[in-house]
Amino acid sequence: MNKKLTILYFASFREHAGTGEESVELDVGTAADLFEQLKHRHGSAEPLGHCKVAINDEMADWDAALSDGDVVLLFPPVAGG
Amino acid sequence: MRITADRIEPDKQRDELCDDRAGAYASFEGWIRNHNDGEDVLRLEYEIYEPLALKEGQKVIEEALEKFPIFHAECVHREGMLEIGDCAVWVGVSSAHRDEAFEACRYIIDQVKVRLPIWKKEYYVDGNSGWVNCERCAIHGHEHPKVVSS
Repeated sequence: MNKKLTILYFASFREHAGTGEESVELDVGTAADLFEQLKHRHGSAEPLGHCKVAINDEMADWDAALSDGDVVLLFPPVAGG
Repeated sequence: MRITADRIEPDKQRDELCDDRAGAYASFEGWIRNHNDGEDVLRLEYEIYEPLALKEGQKVIEEALEKFPIFHAECVHREGMLEIGDCAVWVGVSSAHRDEAFEACRYIIDQVKVRLPIWKKEYYVDGNSGWVNCERCAIHGHEHPKVVSS
């Protein structure tokens, strides 16, 4: 079943997608599924393990299940400091 | 944990960690350097997702306060466009003795670099620019640890 999700892109992901935010309707189970299905949008060549995800403003694991209405934040590899 | 668009003033930050019980203070400052990976760097732009950077940064500081016998710890990170020589990040720790101050300071900066949603874009002398990858990913090809819920 399709879920309505809001996706937020950051840094290189935002530049590749050409937008910081978009709404999607996709048949996805986990955050990892979403990352795969949106590869053409965020354009990441990085392995999943190098990137991070947050759901509704909480850091999450890639195997976290997504629910209808979730806001999913996709983070490319971080580089603070 | 604090995120700021203004210049970091290490002396003022340090004063906030003063404590009559403290015999040691250790700090770390990360500065913008003029080269990286063989490229001449002109300036650096930090993008930060503030709500989660603050939350995760505070978590790191609380972990340090639990792990090491220290009195106070704080971290400040700059956002926006920075020039060569600017202080991008400051970490300070006060404690009774020096060992734990050094260790806690090291712990905080190491965790901040790999856990907080912060990205930097380098602008090069040749006119190009590029996002910098997580240094641990680049060096070791490491996978980030799983999130431990609090």
